[in-house]
Amino acid sequence: MSEVRVGVFVCHCGSNIGGVVDVPAVVEHARALPHVAHAEHNLYSCSEAGLSSLQRSIREHSLNRVVVAACTPRTHEPLFRTACQQAGLNRYLLEFVNIREHCSWIHSREPGKATEKAITLVKMGVVKACLLEPQEEAQSAVAPAALVIGGGVAGMSAALNLARQGFQVHLVEKQPRLGGRLLNLDRLGPTDEAAAAMIEPLIAAVVGHRSISVHMPASLAEIDGFVGNFRVRLGEGEGRSEVLVGTIIVATGAEVLQPEGLYGYGLFPNVVTHVELERRLKEDLPEIRSAVLINCVGSRIPDRPYCSRICCMQSLKNAMRLKARLPEARVAVLHRDQLTSGVQAERYYRSARQAGIRFFRYEPEQPPQVVGESRAEAVVVRDALRGRELSLPADLVVLATPLVPGPDNQALSRLLKVPLDESGFFLEAHAKLRPVEFATDGVYVCGTARWPADVAESVSQAYAAASKAAIPMRSGAVRAEAITAFSDRALCTGCGTCVVCCPFGAIARQPWEGGRLVAQVNTVQCKGCGCCVAACHSGAMQQRGTTDAQVLQMIEVCASV
Amino acid sequence: MTDQWVLVIGAGIAGIQASIDLAQMGFQVYLVERTPSIGGRMAQLDKTFPTNDCAICILAPKMIECAGHENVHLLTYSEVLHADGRLGEFRVRVRRKPRYVDEGRCTGCGECVAKCPRRVADEFNLGLNRRKAAYLPFPQAVPRVMTIDPETCLFLTKREKNRCRLCEEVCQAGAIDWDQREEVIELEVGAIVLATGFDPYDVSPLKEYGFGTIRNVITGLQYERLVSASGPTGGELLRPTDGKHPRRIAFIQCVGSRDVNYNAFCSSVCCMFATKEAMLAHEHDREVSSTIFYTDLRAGGKRFQEFIARAQAEYQVSYVRGRPGCIAEDPETGNPIVRYEETTARALREMEVDLAVLCQALVPRRGHQELAALLGIELDEHGFVRAPNLLGNPADTTVPGILACGYCIRPQDIPESVAQASGAAARVAELLAAPAELVP
Repeated sequence: MSEVRVGVFVCHCGSNIGGVVDVPAVVEHARALPHVAHAEHNLYSCSEAGLSSLQRSIREHSLNRVVVAACTPRTHEPLFRTACQQAGLNRYLLEFVNIREHCSWIHSREPGKATEKAITLVKMGVVKACLLEPQEEAQSAVAPAALVIGGGVAGMSAALNLARQGFQVHLVEKQPRLGGRLLNLDRLGPTDEAAAAMIEPLIAAVVGHRSISVHMPASLAEIDGFVGNFRVRLGEGEGRSEVLVGTIIVATGAEVLQPEGLYGYGLFPNVVTHVELERRLKEDLPEIRSAVLINCVGSRIPDRPYCSRICCMQSLKNAMRLKARLPEARVAVLHRDQLTSGVQAERYYRSARQAGIRFFRYEPEQPPQVVGESRAEAVVVRDALRGRELSLPADLVVLATPLVPGPDNQALSRLLKVPLDESGFFLEAHAKLRPVEFATDGVYVCGTARWPADVAESVSQAYAAASKAAIPMRSGAVRAEAITAFSDRALCTGCGTCVVCCPFGAIARQPWEGGRLVAQVNTVQCKGCGCCVAACHSGAMQQRGTTDAQVLQMIEVCASV
Repeated sequence: MTDQWVLVIGAGIAGIQASIDLAQMGFQVYLVERTPSIGGRMAQLDKTFPTNDCAICILAPKMIECAGHENVHLLTYSEVLHADGRLGEFRVRVRRKPRYVDEGRCTGCGECVAKCPRRVADEFNLGLNRRKAAYLPFPQAVPRVMTIDPETCLFLTKREKNRCRLCEEVCQAGAIDWDQREEVIELEVGAIVLATGFDPYDVSPLKEYGFGTIRNVITGLQYERLVSASGPTGGELLRPTDGKHPRRIAFIQCVGSRDVNYNAFCSSVCCMFATKEAMLAHEHDREVSSTIFYTDLRAGGKRFQEFIARAQAEYQVSYVRGRPGCIAEDPETGNPIVRYEETTARALREMEVDLAVLCQALVPRRGHQELAALLGIELDEHGFVRAPNLLGNPADTTVPGILACGYCIRPQDIPESVAQASGAAARVAELLAAPAELVP
């Protein structure tokens, strides 16, 4: 084996690290460590200047191991790996040490100790780096077909885009009809176009596209595999079928909260939800002289703190519809904050005020009261801006209730091994920059399955999810994780504990010499989570890039400080 | 094959994301950016709501991924001059402005910047400090190539004929090139994606808030630079008059927005960024308390309500419903005095603060109208790109084959812009795969 030559690169991250940790001191300590051939610091190691300095140093100092002490590997490790690779080094000969989150941020009030800790972490990184080995990423083919779960506006838009790009699409809908929640709506905000005028042509295009197979009503029985190669078993009526797809898009939508027990709903016949009102708006509306619409019913409360984003617009839209149908009627909207962001919604809000719709702001501590004997007759509300209690006559009370997570989200999240957030919606990989992806490769999310969204936003996200799905399918192949588990068959006792604990179904027992069963890891399916390594009784299961030998060395230098 | 090439105009987060998606799908992408670096407005932000992730820390890897992709062809410091043609076959002329620095030779060492004697207002820091005439717009700029500003360089403006040229003297790489001339190139592309983003609205017409006369009244974007580690104060929150740490800060919402006298629309992101900025002040200094003067608190995104609740509970942020009538200045202390009606109490009040931050309207970029005219696309009355099929194809403009994403199409936050950018990329892929079937 050739001489190990480690390069250490310590980042200031502007003042994020450098404002607390004494970065030059960390570099000085690193330079004195065994096998360290070069050490330097950079204002921003991730900048072009930092990366080219790293690459130049690899060549000039014949480095064959690199330690970067900077921020979080979660966002930056791939960048530095690629830089190493471009400089001719195997990308797995990089060890990433986090001295921002683990030192400067968490110990921001103790710069001395933060520096000491950074020095120790770099030492540990260096001894581990000395034992790193090159790794290869397995490549696997991607089937040019997608599974889209949900036949609402988001799912259909995603399916149609992928089909038009030339991919086979399996669209699964649990109801016997395509169209989703839009089927229940009359008009769509903020453009006021008829829901049917939008959804019917979309359904026709989906049904008519030869590359889209609609499975309906159908359920998902089982999904296994990984990006490029998902095996999906569907239950359709009595029958079962199986499809093989490369990618999966979750577009299962959300439900509208039924406000049982709130504001006389279920008690008074003339207290309805917006969905119920829109059904009646499609047909004929009874003569009414007054209507009161109440916003934030069952949302922005301690039990359900979130704002459902789209209900303010729905209230405005229906207030305007009522006013248009019944110009003499008194229409009032009781609201908290008016969520009419942007251009069109704000314009709509203004025109609603001009049309004579009255708006009253209420505080959550003093919510409106619906009063009446056998039916709602009036709504009593304390108008927060006038400081007065008002009694508004109400032949009709309409409640704006939030979207809530679909009832199947739990089961689907388990089936796909993707997470939900604390409200029960699907949780994307990154709140800012990966809004339609999951951390799991090959699985994407769009529309109200992710968070309440209007039609324009849902369709935008549907196209975005289709873009993400198209990327591996167009290239035809993906590279799999190289940091995976492997078993030393000589040590393996074949107990099968690892097989049971693997969350990805990547381990099987297979006969080896003399027919003895030993664990075998499918490296394409393995995500490198390490569960099996922790569970193994005999020490046979090891993780590439984090072997026992490496970890023990790190502990040793840490303990000897 | 023209139809496998796409032009993306504007290299903020939306243009960057659209380019990355298109490149990864196998398209060849020209990414045209008017300024010397990609990154856009997001590069100027300190943190991002609702996670308080450091903006440049999550953006920089994307910038490098974009610029480093073999299918992305960066044309920074360049502007679109002319376009004609149609879906599948657009012809576009682009002007490449001279940097007076050879991109191939410049190593980005910064020696020229250090030696340049000319200082001018730094637009990246919203004029809060001064940069040199030879400059890199910000530390993480991509490409890392210096630019010599012809408007202010002593040699190029001929104020000191043949005298200065210090940059040329110190440049070891021999990268300074005074003979560079404007270059016009012709591109042939199948589709165009517009992602020109926003400018902060000039609030000086709103005299009642004293911007430009009361020095401790600043704008939201200036505030971002003040708290940013790479900003003019190195991340220390110091107020302009005396360099003291402010303890009481007022954030005024809807300045020039939701106001028919200026801009009737809502900029969508200000309630959240003001809350974030108020939290950051408290993180910098536990003595700071902030008041946010709002009209409606618009927090409809994922975890936004929880973010607001946390600001109130843990960061001494309070919210007052009311749009201040005016801001006066205490002549002795330079403190802004905010006069307002607290509408939920129906009371006129005054609040003396150390610093007032105006969260001004965010409007389509300067030059966006001219660009729209030469592309032949329609805009709405505010200058946003008109989306003729907002619900069915939200990224489509009035010209088939020209798409738009991000803030230039409607006010929105970063994740929405990112999703829209990816969505526009998918729409391009669909249009270029089977144009005939899709265009009426």
